[in-house]
Amino acid sequence: MNRTQEVLKDVVIKFAGDSGDGMQLTGTQFTTNTALLGADLSTFPDFPAEIRAPQGTIPGVSGFQLRFSSDHIYTPGDECDVLVAMNAAALKANLKGLKKGGRIIANTDGFDSKNLRLANYPDGVNPIENNSLDGYELIKIDVTKLTREALKEFTLGTKEKDRAKNMFILGFLYWMYNRDMENTINFLTEKFSKKPDILDSNIKALKAGYNYGDTTETFTTTYKVEKARIEPGTYRSIMGNQSLALGLIAASTKSGLPMFLGTYPITPASDILHELSRHKNFGIRTFQAEDEIAAITAAIGASYGGALGVTTTSGPGMALKTEAMGLAVMLEIPLVIVNVQRGGPSTGLPTKTEQSDLLQAYYGRNGECPMPVIAASSPADCFDAVYEAVKISVQHMTPVIFLSDGYIANGAEPWRFPTEETLAPIHVKFKTELWDHEDKFQPYLRDENLVRPWAVPGTPGLEHRIGGIEKQNITGNISYDPENHQTMVKIRQEKVDKIAEHIPDQKIDSGADKGKVLVLGWGSTYGAIKSAVAELQAQGKSVSHAHIRHLRPFPKNLGEIIRNFEHVIIPEINNGQLIKIIRDQYLVDAKGYHKIMGIPITKHELVEELDKYFVVEQVV
Amino acid sequence: MSEVLAPTLTAKDFATDQEVRWCPGCGDYSILAQVQRIMPGLGIPKENIVFISGIGCSSRFPYYMNTYGMHSIHGRATAIASGLKAARPELSVWIVSGDGDSLSIGGNHTIHLLRRNFDVNLLVFNNQIYGLTKGQYSPTSEENKITKSTPFGSIDHPFNPAALALGADASFVARTMDRDPKHMQAMLLRANGHRGASFLEIYQNCNIFNDGAFEIFTEKSTKPLETLFLEQGKPLVFGAEGNKGLRLDGFKPQVVTIGEGYSADDLWIHDEQDIYKAQILTRIFDDPTIEGHLPRPFGVFYETDRPCYEEMMALQLEDAIARKAPDLNALLRGKETWTVA
Repeated sequence: MNRTQEVLKDVVIKFAGDSGDGMQLTGTQFTTNTALLGADLSTFPDFPAEIRAPQGTIPGVSGFQLRFSSDHIYTPGDECDVLVAMNAAALKANLKGLKKGGRIIANTDGFDSKNLRLANYPDGVNPIENNSLDGYELIKIDVTKLTREALKEFTLGTKEKDRAKNMFILGFLYWMYNRDMENTINFLTEKFSKKPDILDSNIKALKAGYNYGDTTETFTTTYKVEKARIEPGTYRSIMGNQSLALGLIAASTKSGLPMFLGTYPITPASDILHELSRHKNFGIRTFQAEDEIAAITAAIGASYGGALGVTTTSGPGMALKTEAMGLAVMLEIPLVIVNVQRGGPSTGLPTKTEQSDLLQAYYGRNGECPMPVIAASSPADCFDAVYEAVKISVQHMTPVIFLSDGYIANGAEPWRFPTEETLAPIHVKFKTELWDHEDKFQPYLRDENLVRPWAVPGTPGLEHRIGGIEKQNITGNISYDPENHQTMVKIRQEKVDKIAEHIPDQKIDSGADKGKVLVLGWGSTYGAIKSAVAELQAQGKSVSHAHIRHLRPFPKNLGEIIRNFEHVIIPEINNGQLIKIIRDQYLVDAKGYHKIMGIPITKHELVEELDKYFVVEQVV
Repeated sequence: MSEVLAPTLTAKDFATDQEVRWCPGCGDYSILAQVQRIMPGLGIPKENIVFISGIGCSSRFPYYMNTYGMHSIHGRATAIASGLKAARPELSVWIVSGDGDSLSIGGNHTIHLLRRNFDVNLLVFNNQIYGLTKGQYSPTSEENKITKSTPFGSIDHPFNPAALALGADASFVARTMDRDPKHMQAMLLRANGHRGASFLEIYQNCNIFNDGAFEIFTEKSTKPLETLFLEQGKPLVFGAEGNKGLRLDGFKPQVVTIGEGYSADDLWIHDEQDIYKAQILTRIFDDPTIEGHLPRPFGVFYETDRPCYEEMMALQLEDAIARKAPDLNALLRGKETWTVA
């Protein structure tokens, strides 16, 4: 047979099927396989809020988008090259995201009359039979039938055999992209070690899918993506929530502070709890509290006792924690509050992404209540950014808000992981005794950074009382004195402001230091902005990109950077939040670009938007 | 146990330089005095004792104790104490709370603290009123109570705190009163000695907004007939002559007079470890103005020994470490890696 191999630079595949079809697993397996190959990659899982929405319907569609490339990439891609549609609903929900001329791999069994009806196709209309997909390359495979056929020797029930459909598809794609299947076979062997029947049937289906591609003459081309030319080093693939958890463990280890996580399950933050609770051997105490309030207050109690107190949540949970955050500000103790943002307000869009809690992080508490705010820009960046959050929290005796979001939390990318030795030290200074000149412990006596001493219970001679009521400067005793309150409010603000002296200057991510357009971003828009800016720069346009990790306080030089550009554009997945703060602090006429659909900004739309600033005005 | 430890401390060593700011005549003064009095005898170094409070009149307490202390936010002292105890099991943690703080706004955390059985002491100063917000009814106020927020009488049905605590599977449930210093000291010592979450309800008079709420139990003239002091292994007797007693008629407690058809042998013998009897005892919660009511029990309703949360948490950690020593580099590297040259 005449077979050819084509080398591709960049491929975007979307696996889409019913929630029960195992698309997330298929996607993550293909991701690991791709990672081990050495290609750069970026993923975007997209699943419904319902655990099991009605089978076969559009709300029940679960998707997993994976992009891999031999170039450096920063987003999972705007459109896909390949759409795997396990049923009619999956096709309907995802067709608009497929490139013109793209390839559809359709499971014909998922296009029977029942599935077509559930996907709301009109009577008698079957998109894979009526030439409506002529603009695409349609590959029809009866996955269900072929899987059952492959497993005919197994005594399993039909339902169980059908569960291996995703492995058939995965095997077929492994063939199509010239992969070996070792990692998936290892994965299955570990997962089903106690169920030999299920293990064997899954491996059989996987191989059957591969062999189907190999032996069926209709498929003549396989594809290959070369290793990416990225910085030399050893890599692994990592998801945002996982990298965040590892960052916390690393910070706990390096600081010598045992970590206590007080949390309450909430999407999309729960995986941080799941990950951390597996690592008790690092001295990590995980406490699944009765609610969000107990979660943060228990963490405050642990911090008060000298542990590294951490609480993790998402939007609505953050709202519940606000009063306790105020207490932590008053107590001036370390605490890391992680908010994996999702679409709001209220319950909002639980499984969709948004950057809409920045103003809450800045201002959402009673009283004058400043707290440092730090945001991660990508899955791997969660590690460094949360490590930084812990460092600031401990060294400056302040609660810190850490912002991630659903897009980062569930996305994956290659990570050039650090080693323990290369991580920055985190200095912890417990006060252990009175100094010679002190006759009494003063819990609110401060150092040059306005940081108060951390004296934990169990330390003889330093017994003291602290609380949420306004306290007298230095002594910490209750005080309702008007001048004292003003002094304390100013001190707490100045303490947070002074952190700017200890954080790195804002860097320009790409482009010149001065120019026409500065695209200023924060959080998960990093990849989209970077890619869009790169495209415009390639066209010779004067555009630069700066991405802010330290949102409060801002790096000292941020104002200077902003003033070096004619236009400042701030794209956000919200209705304009960073833009308000930037305008307020720097009196700059920044312009926004806001997308509030629960999905990330794409490169194309951003390029189009930014291009408007380069239109040469027509002389009439 | 206690004779070798800290013999030099006195009650005064546990007082701070802060002026105590409760209203003159408040029952809180007595509680503070009894707590300070028993502290030296506990044999716990001062620096290992922590008082955590929420919000309310009672919650000023930590400022008056020369130990470690935190005056936190409304209702959350129990949750803060849980985190502290989990992180530092060796500390002696005391929670000071009121009926509003621990049974209303903090009710959720209270039941979960008891269920988890952290080894802490929860002192609930119950004055059946909101004092700090100046006189609204509380979740323990009696029905029909006229207060600022219930000018036509409260229609809220009150909690029975001891029964609630037992319902949440508290491992130690007791009740005492501000006007009986000796009994309170004994109960504080019992609470401290209990390994697990100790729930101690203290009837405390708010002489400004709810004066005399417990008068019938505390006044010399009515106390003997209206109260029943529980003692382990002893029959349930009360009355000025000690000739009244409780017996069980099936599952129903019944007041009898010794010598009138019943002897001391017929009485209910108190067994703190009997959960079924403790259920009945905590349910003795009659309105003392009603004819034929039962006397109100004081003392230890129930005590049982079950594992404490922080111990089990520490054991899981030890076990995890014994099975797999922490290796940060191995964790960061993960299972599957690839190298780019």
